[in-house]
Amino acid sequence: MPLTREGIAYRIAHDLPDGSFVNLGFGMPSLVTHFLPLGKTVLIHSENGILGAGPKAPPGQEDPDLVNANGDFVTLVPGASLFDHALSFTIVRGGHLTHAVLGALQVSRRGDLANWRIPGARVPGVGGAMDIAVGAQRVWVAMTHTTDHGEPKIVEECTYPLTAPRCVQRIYTDLAVLSVVGGELLLEEVAPGVTVQDVTARTGASLTIPSRVPTMDIPAELAGIQLVTV
Amino acid sequence: MDRVVASCDEAVADIPNGASIMIGGFGPPGVPVNLVRALRQRGLHDLVLIYCGGGTEEDGIGGLIADGAVRKLITSFPVHPGAHAVRERYLQGEIELEVVPQGTFVERIRAAGAGLGGFYSPTGVGTELAAGKEVRLIDGRAFVLELPLPADYALIKAFRADQWGNLVYRRTMRNFNPIMATAARMVIAEVDEVVPVGSLSPEEIETPCLFVDRVVEVPRDWFRHATSAERR
Repeated sequence: MPLTREGIAYRIAHDLPDGSFVNLGFGMPSLVTHFLPLGKTVLIHSENGILGAGPKAPPGQEDPDLVNANGDFVTLVPGASLFDHALSFTIVRGGHLTHAVLGALQVSRRGDLANWRIPGARVPGVGGAMDIAVGAQRVWVAMTHTTDHGEPKIVEECTYPLTAPRCVQRIYTDLAVLSVVGGELLLEEVAPGVTVQDVTARTGASLTIPSRVPTMDIPAELAGIQLVTV
Repeated sequence: MDRVVASCDEAVADIPNGASIMIGGFGPPGVPVNLVRALRQRGLHDLVLIYCGGGTEEDGIGGLIADGAVRKLITSFPVHPGAHAVRERYLQGEIELEVVPQGTFVERIRAAGAGLGGFYSPTGVGTELAAGKEVRLIDGRAFVLELPLPADYALIKAFRADQWGNLVYRRTMRNFNPIMATAARMVIAEVDEVVPVGSLSPEEIETPCLFVDRVVEVPRDWFRHATSAERR
């Protein structure tokens, strides 16, 4: 059974090591915070000047001067710091984030990322996507394996406008975990109940497939999890 | 040395048609909404705005754009919910957009304020946003030349000022404000509260007074009613 969006977020949270400094993109990546295991310290960076962004503020307790890059009124965790945009992007571009988890429209076999401009979108807007893609030490992508129309999002060459070439190191989807290794895509894991053939049939790029592909370690009760509130 | 002016109207009274104007803020925090409203009242035209978003009705920048006051918007993300005016004007061919990656946007402003002729950035290399720009290999890695971005005016928002214009910020109100304060010929700050010179701790001052030309106090209801814990 393919993972839910929350299942993908759970799988990524499992891989973030203690002491990570992480930027999370909009949408599915932002769900990762809900699954960070206790006992692991992961500080969330927000482009508008937060290291240590916490959960959304409870209704009525919003601070009008405190939002994250998504525009949500958030809280701060103990040990958080606040700074201006120049320092924030010194953190980003200077390689000081250990991880970025980003959504994607397409990822190529060599790790090219397209996630900033949907073809046909008539008004352009880029935000911090390009800076984060070139700057973070490890760029991980969280996305569904195919589009709503069933087209592969993992492709030989991106046809959508690039965010950055050769920046993605790992791809987490509802079907599989893949790594970009030396310009090749290595199939690392499949979701519970998903076969290697299911993955290759829905992938638009050639894959390197080891003789044994492990099944993801997702607790059974989380396989179909969906958050009631996000 | 007293930089305090009586009203937002007075603070923006001499901004001419065609001026380039930086506006601070990201999301609601740090947008000098009362200065923007006063600017809108002026009924100017051919302005060049340097603002990270696309503007909304609430922040007043969407209103400026809807009025037709803006010839060009230099921005990073003008496609957020609420950015209706810029979308409509752009699709009608009535406003020019220059879209810049967010880190490049702030660093170009920083370069202008720091007296630099530009910088080489890895951001955007190999994408359509680097088209036509000089690319240079430095230690085997490709970088694109980005030029400084100064302005005639900066409208910024801070939390507290003293009468000389030393500024203190609160929470994520910083964003572009301390950087824009360095990069415009005339810097106008809207603040919640003006306090006497000497009452701000020198360590908490993030924008020294030499960057600031005018200060306007516009108290916020929220702050007056907040508890002391919230006011920290």
